[in-house]
Amino acid sequence: MFDFLDSGQYDLLGAFWVTVQLTLYSAAGSLIWGTVLAGIRVSPVPLMRGFAAVYVNVVRNTPLTALILGCSLGLSQTLGITLGGDTFKETGFRLAVLGLTAYTGTFVCEALRSGINTVPVGQAEAARALGLSFFQVLTLIVLPQAFRAVIAPLANVLIALTKNTTVAAAIGVAEAALLMKEMIENEAQALFEVFAVFAFGFVVLTLPTGLLLGWAAKRMAVKR
Amino acid sequence: MSTVLYDTPGPKAKVRNWIYSAVFLVLLGLALWWALGLMADKNQLDGDKWSPFVTDGQVWTTFLIPGLLETLKAAVIAMVIALPLGALFGIGRLSDHAWVRIPVGAVVEFFRAIPVLMLMLFGSALYVQYSNVESEIRPLYAVVTGLVLYNASVIAEIVRAGIQSLPRGQTDAAKAIGMRKGQTMAHVLLPQAVTAMLPALVSQLVVILKDTALGGAVLGYGELLSMSRQISANYSNTIPSLIVIAALFVGVNYALASSASWLEGRLRQSKKSTGAVVGVAEASDLATGNNSTG
Repeated sequence: MFDFLDSGQYDLLGAFWVTVQLTLYSAAGSLIWGTVLAGIRVSPVPLMRGFAAVYVNVVRNTPLTALILGCSLGLSQTLGITLGGDTFKETGFRLAVLGLTAYTGTFVCEALRSGINTVPVGQAEAARALGLSFFQVLTLIVLPQAFRAVIAPLANVLIALTKNTTVAAAIGVAEAALLMKEMIENEAQALFEVFAVFAFGFVVLTLPTGLLLGWAAKRMAVKR
Repeated sequence: MSTVLYDTPGPKAKVRNWIYSAVFLVLLGLALWWALGLMADKNQLDGDKWSPFVTDGQVWTTFLIPGLLETLKAAVIAMVIALPLGALFGIGRLSDHAWVRIPVGAVVEFFRAIPVLMLMLFGSALYVQYSNVESEIRPLYAVVTGLVLYNASVIAEIVRAGIQSLPRGQTDAAKAIGMRKGQTMAHVLLPQAVTAMLPALVSQLVVILKDTALGGAVLGYGELLSMSRQISANYSNTIPSLIVIAALFVGVNYALASSASWLEGRLRQSKKSTGAVVGVAEASDLATGNNSTG
């Protein structure tokens, strides 16, 4: 039934490895970028707040496909930005990570902002009474508590990101969705088996993430 | 205004904020200058790359408006099918009978775990092999299939959360006056839950709208984003066309999202609802980050 797996013609693990790598790099990038954005979004300077709000609302409402195609067609092919990638393959991968990071960062930012709202005002007031600056209040008092409150929403963002990496297929990054497309074309008679294999792959990738981070969210939550 | 993080600015803080604003503005200006310079180098800022969108009505009548209509068509069809299906699944998951609850739960969890793109590819291949849908309309079928399978399962979770957000007393009261389970659901729980879920459902439409763009990229569906290739083929203005199309998407989605939050505000005040509203945030939390897809 699953003969197509034995033929050695398809690098299934390799494709899923690219998916995993895309996920990990973009997750790290969007966590950093999202935290910075959240910091800007709650800052005391109105202009910076406004900038972050506009960025978040614009990018979140743009289809991810448009962002990733924009990175490929616009940034790379038109403007010649390759992000230091030497080969077509490398450049495509990096552009996909850039697009995914720019997009996912907004969701991380919004999750963190809702986490910041769960921190009691008294915490920050006490910190200010001790003479801490905005930056110190944010990084020492508020963000550590906010992060622990938003592990579960962040897990959902991470799961969505894992699924979103398939959009990189649109610019030819050799990840799972692209391989699935190829296999569907070549192994037409085994359509359901091919789909089952890839579906299983994604369940394997997303299920443990959800369970693990769900458990962590319960463990780490600040009991109030 | 004082918030969690900072006090109402005093005279010193005001001066500091002005300085930060100025520095930020300069940095932003530099970044913009660099980006525009890069674009100018590749002639993307030339007037003739942008002017078609203003002067040449054909760009709108041949590409942008038909593209937007295709996008809306796929999104609306998908929503109309996914909504009742999702409601059915959501209620199924709350069933008292394990033989209903467990299979429905499995189906919902399965389709939520699979990327929409893969569901669309699968749908497309399915129609090629097992149906005689004509090849012109097949991309629409495939896109709608993918969107329905995924979003119905997400909507099922929204419905479940909406019903569970209702106070227990509602069910008890319905039982006390002798309603059957079906009656309780149809006449008591669902009407109230619908008002609670409406904002989340509307914001799900934004997700569906954005996801239609996948159909253009991988299946050749003629939606708005896929028009960027055609426009840039005619006017060789890749970046301007992408920007205009992104702006159209943002405009439509932002209007939808704002109507969702307006609706949420209205429903919170309305006397008919319990005041319980499954907000946009909660719904996206529970629906495996659904609103970040595609």
